[in-house]
Amino acid sequence: MFKVFIKRVLMAIPVLLAVATMTFFLIKLAPGGPFDAEKAVSPQVLKNLNEVYNLDASQWEQYTDYMSGIVRGDFGPSFKYPGRSVTEMIGIGLPITFELAIYAILIALVIGVFAGVLAALKRNTLLDFIPMAIAMIGICVPTFLMGPLLVLIFGINLEWLPVAGWGQLAGDKILPSVTLGFAYAAYIARLSRGGMLEVLNQDFIRTARAKGLSETMVVIKHAMQGGLIPVVSFLGPAIAGLLAGSFVVETIFQIPGLGRFYVEAALNRDYTMILGTTIFFSAMIVFFNLLSDLAALWLNPRSRDVS
Amino acid sequence: MRHLYLTLAVIIFISGCSSSLSPVDDGLDKQIFHFGNGSEPQGIDPHIVTGVPEHHLLISLCEGLTSSNPNGGQNLPGAAESWDISEDGTVYTFYLQKNGKWSNGDALTANDFAWSWQRLLTPSLGSQYPDMLYYVKGASDFHNGITDNFNDVGVEVVDDYTFRVHLNNSTPFFLGLLSHYSTWPVHKETVLKHGTIDDRNGQWTRPGNFVCNGPFNLKSWELNSRIVVEKNPLYWDANVVKLNEIHYYPVQNVMTEDRMFRAGQLHLTSTLPSQKCPVYIEENNPDLRVDPYMGTYFYRLNTKNPVLKDVRVRKALAFAIDRKKLVEKVTKCGQIPAYSFTPPGSAGYEPDTEIPFDPELAKQLLVEAGYGPGNEFPKLEILFNTNEDHRKLALAIQQMWQQNLGVDIVLVNQDWKVYLAREMIGDFQVSRAGWIGDYEDPNTFLDTLRPNRGNNKTGWENEDYDRLVEQANSENNQDVRYDLLRKAENILIDEMPIIPLYTYVKSYQLSSDVKGYYPNYLDHHHPKYIYLERD
Amino acid sequence: MSNSASLWSDALYRLTRNKAAMVGGSILIILILCAIAAPWIAPYPYAYQDLDLGAAPPSAQHILGTDILGRDLFSRILYGARVSLLVGFVATGVALVIGVSWGIVAGFFGGTIDSVMMRIVDILYGLPFIIFVILLMVIFGSNLWLLFGAIGAVEWLTMSRIVRGQVIGLKNQEFVLAAKAMGVSNFSMFRRHLLPNILGPIAVYATLTIPQVMLLESFLSFLGLGIQPPMSSWGTLIKDGVESMEEYSWLLVYPGITFTITLFALNFFGDGLRDALDPKTTDS
Repeated sequence: MFKVFIKRVLMAIPVLLAVATMTFFLIKLAPGGPFDAEKAVSPQVLKNLNEVYNLDASQWEQYTDYMSGIVRGDFGPSFKYPGRSVTEMIGIGLPITFELAIYAILIALVIGVFAGVLAALKRNTLLDFIPMAIAMIGICVPTFLMGPLLVLIFGINLEWLPVAGWGQLAGDKILPSVTLGFAYAAYIARLSRGGMLEVLNQDFIRTARAKGLSETMVVIKHAMQGGLIPVVSFLGPAIAGLLAGSFVVETIFQIPGLGRFYVEAALNRDYTMILGTTIFFSAMIVFFNLLSDLAALWLNPRSRDVS
Repeated sequence: MRHLYLTLAVIIFISGCSSSLSPVDDGLDKQIFHFGNGSEPQGIDPHIVTGVPEHHLLISLCEGLTSSNPNGGQNLPGAAESWDISEDGTVYTFYLQKNGKWSNGDALTANDFAWSWQRLLTPSLGSQYPDMLYYVKGASDFHNGITDNFNDVGVEVVDDYTFRVHLNNSTPFFLGLLSHYSTWPVHKETVLKHGTIDDRNGQWTRPGNFVCNGPFNLKSWELNSRIVVEKNPLYWDANVVKLNEIHYYPVQNVMTEDRMFRAGQLHLTSTLPSQKCPVYIEENNPDLRVDPYMGTYFYRLNTKNPVLKDVRVRKALAFAIDRKKLVEKVTKCGQIPAYSFTPPGSAGYEPDTEIPFDPELAKQLLVEAGYGPGNEFPKLEILFNTNEDHRKLALAIQQMWQQNLGVDIVLVNQDWKVYLAREMIGDFQVSRAGWIGDYEDPNTFLDTLRPNRGNNKTGWENEDYDRLVEQANSENNQDVRYDLLRKAENILIDEMPIIPLYTYVKSYQLSSDVKGYYPNYLDHHHPKYIYLERD
Repeated sequence: MSNSASLWSDALYRLTRNKAAMVGGSILIILILCAIAAPWIAPYPYAYQDLDLGAAPPSAQHILGTDILGRDLFSRILYGARVSLLVGFVATGVALVIGVSWGIVAGFFGGTIDSVMMRIVDILYGLPFIIFVILLMVIFGSNLWLLFGAIGAVEWLTMSRIVRGQVIGLKNQEFVLAAKAMGVSNFSMFRRHLLPNILGPIAVYATLTIPQVMLLESFLSFLGLGIQPPMSSWGTLIKDGVESMEEYSWLLVYPGITFTITLFALNFFGDGLRDALDPKTTDS
């Protein structure tokens, strides 16, 4: 397993390099620059600004400058917010998005696994049908519909929870986490149901039951370990998807996370911020894919690496 | 599993039932004002930033020579307690408040203003508003690097509390210009401690470092989340200030902002979702505010385009739009149809231009310009930045031109930066535009369409127009001046390089707890008059 | 070889017995027909505005109501179907073509070619694709073809892995080895032996990818980057509906229900296909 780990870490480096390079040249292709504003910038001022931010050097020079900066951990200053460095801004946004993602995943796991296992055990009964139908809804309804709906019901009509903010008012982390987690809960429910069904049909389960173990023991001790492998494999890409997909939730609930920073940076042509955030997201995705693959491997050492 | 469910349920139950006060209720006793501020401010360096959210923040942190009058009209004393204007109107002498202080206790002196204006005009700083001071002798030359000796600029420190400015010409709106934050002072020692005079990325604006002369101090700044300012006891007029803190929330999504207001998390919103406006008007929502606002929404025409070069075509397009219908059926929030570029009533100026809604005349003009069967009118493009309201308007106008003129046009929307870039280089035919006044005087509008103005973007250059506006700029007699400006505006509407559509209104929601917040034509609301009280 | 014939008829039998899948399938067929017939059955052109009417609830003239500019909602949903289904199918098609070819080549040839191709897939897996899609949309504008390409490019990776896995599994089976020994060309091999056997998983995956693609498009619309007006997809209709959720609820309810039902149908049908083709997980 250690060898796999090392191999994957080494592979991550060309990935990140490729990401950085692609992004760099992509955004340079974009028309519009960071200093375009409604009030026209006079050529003199624009020249000054470009000088200050090294935008008048050749593309290649800018590229190499930037890359050498990254190696030193310096992602450059934000173009949009003078005085702030990209590293600082990522440092502010990342923990928040991360926290949101963790809560969402926990909710997704708790609800999803419970629902999926229940559905598998009570197959073809109402307790199978209803959770799966609700799961379907979770998969088919976009987050930007679910969020405002929940806010309308719980925030404005019932007045139980705040409608926006993160960490400012009591309970303001609940609705965003639920909104984000619900879709993933749905996937996890289906995956765990599928996985459990497959495992429950196997011989060793019949043996355990024949041995007289209680159903709960059978499920928890024997079935779940194997049955939840698909869920674990799914977690890696899921968290990666959460990180990227969090901007919808962050926009709706006014959460100062990295997702929102990214979208605004893209729209503002804040070059350094776009690059920094993209590289970070990449690193996160690689990391979580690695974690989940390792976890799957650990849970079932018999499964060979499919790729 | 079951335990977790129970715990979750209990948590929700508790957080629901606990009598946690909403921020609006809570703010009432503590005099904390919760302010919805639109987007995250770029920063608080008054010589660098350019936007409206920044203005809302800066007006509580810093103060210029004059300060906005909450009821509109002539500016009130600010850092300067009074001023003299010479007979010919070219020399302004400002007498600073004797007890004017910076928030760290230093005295605020004339040197501070001189140094600050030097900073604003320093080319390497890259300020985007230096032209606020171009009316000062030598300022434009200094900023464009023609001279690098600031002593050549018409700014004079007579003594510690007397600051004298020499203008190129008598400029009737000079005092109004001083409402703009680019002319406000910065604290020299603080700026230099954290960088050079032209360092854009200096850390001097961080909470803990920031020093300024306004009614509030910067307490904390959580990026993209909340900015808190607290009362400055050293402000010269501190005993008038009743608020203790202002919390600024950079809420960009208008629906979220609306929900936050309704849930009692904000006292004030920066705007209103456009589809909510007619609904709130109909249900007589007591928190709805629709105030006159000094701004014009218009379409820019690229007069260098072979089709739009012909003034008849431009007028045809303008005459085929039913502006009343646009404001009644599309924007629906109390906007006013615009038949001039300058909003009527700006500082008492009333333009006398007319734009009839006359499809027959419009069709005729097109025929005269040579279009008809055999010579189809080409498919022009309307360029606008991605935004629901711009889109709705463009769609409506597309249909109007189709029905009233028989002309087909195409809608092109781009994101903000691309849209700006394309406008800048003239890569457009018709583009949507808006202009908000920087100060309360018609010149802030008419100046933009003079030749060689970066904000012109239409390629229209008319010498008579230019001459009239220039002349008006140095005319002290308001009647004579406004006459000149009216003549200029008539030329403008006659040539139609832009098609005015409607005059803006500022629509937003304001909690009834907020007092001292009056409608202001420039949307300047000095926080020292605002306080919270429940009837 | 004779396996495939009875495999298909077996699968078909199981599929037709799966009520949910059948209902899903019929709904899909109806929707596709409606979408194709939209220009004929829609009562109004989708761009026609009735400014004087504005947003009105369902009535005799407008069976599902109108939006803020007075455009008929029913017509817009019909035309929206065309766009959404088009995006769904074409983008998935793009993903299919790239993914399947990639997977087949890698799986069949094995060795270094396989290694290299799969390394590339691994590297691409590490890219935050949503981020790139957003960036592409921001830079190049919301061109429909770009949308297809960008979304397709996000989805092909998993397809290639699945196909490759299948091909590897099949490659070593007797009938393939026998055919090889008989000198059957590679191309023939693909066409007659491998393709029929991997068609199943491909079909399943494709059917389940289409809803993903439609959701992705709606997500881009939310950010303002998806289909641009006056054309509209279900995604843009829902986004507009969410904003008018309280005052003009029909603008959300009808597009929302249509979208959800379509996704349900696709998912049920896809599930049914998967269950039909893979006896081990069939519900008895």
